[in-house]
Amino acid sequence: MMISCEKAALICNKTQYREATFWEKIKLKMHLLMCKTCSAFTKKNTELTALCEKANLHSLSEGEKIKMKQQLKEKI
Amino acid sequence: MAARKYNEQKENMRLIKSNSSIFDNDKASMAMRQLHPETWVDSYADYLFNYAVARVNDSEIAKDLVQETFFAGLNSAKNYKGDAAERTWLIAILKRKVIDYYRKINSKKGRAEVRMSYSSGSESEGDWMEEQVADPFSSFENDAIENKELGLAIQDCISELPKKQSLVFTMKTIRGMSTEDICNELDINPSNLWVMIHRARTSLMGCLNQNWF
Repeated sequence: MMISCEKAALICNKTQYREATFWEKIKLKMHLLMCKTCSAFTKKNTELTALCEKANLHSLSEGEKIKMKQQLKEKI
Repeated sequence: MAARKYNEQKENMRLIKSNSSIFDNDKASMAMRQLHPETWVDSYADYLFNYAVARVNDSEIAKDLVQETFFAGLNSAKNYKGDAAERTWLIAILKRKVIDYYRKINSKKGRAEVRMSYSSGSESEGDWMEEQVADPFSSFENDAIENKELGLAIQDCISELPKKQSLVFTMKTIRGMSTEDICNELDINPSNLWVMIHRARTSLMGCLNQNWF
């Protein structure tokens, strides 16, 4: 039942991507009850996820970037 | 007494010297400011892309604009004086490209007109003026502007991460790829991936801390 802070951080990160299992989440919750540092970390981490979602970020895929690079190289 | 004066003079000389060496450093950093087109795509493509997408609302067009910006930057590289950072300079070009784009799509006659469509629905009869007034309590417009800035702020912080971390974070968070796919593509194991995600997230929290939390 008891987990270390490192383990808690890992589960917390997984939770941000909805990849933590049910059992893991329970273990994390138990840990958060006792550990202030991890509670603070979890709060910030969740906020970061919310910010990233709100910002509606975009990114070019690696393939597109490689294509861009090639086209740019031809012009140099 | 004389010794003290001598010491003071010596101190002054030292100060002048150190000042001039700072000046030399400045000069050196100015000389360092050259364009490196071969690194543009890796360093700035995502930042410029976000900037463009927020303004034209179409990822295909935004991609083309970014590409055009790089070409234009290459063509006018000799005009780069080095008094702005590379990215600022590229953003300035991109800004022109966005404006040109809107000019182009609005150039057909009548397109540039602002048209208000007032529906002649019977239920809203009589109070059309009231309908057009902006809602002072709406946070919609401000949110949109804030999100634009937020996007660039996050992108800014991501570009300060080490290359591998930023790559993993982008793939996972922005492109929403599964852990398995990323591991296959980058040839790393899951625990490795989570360590990198953890480091990236921690640095991002620190980086965004001043402005956004």
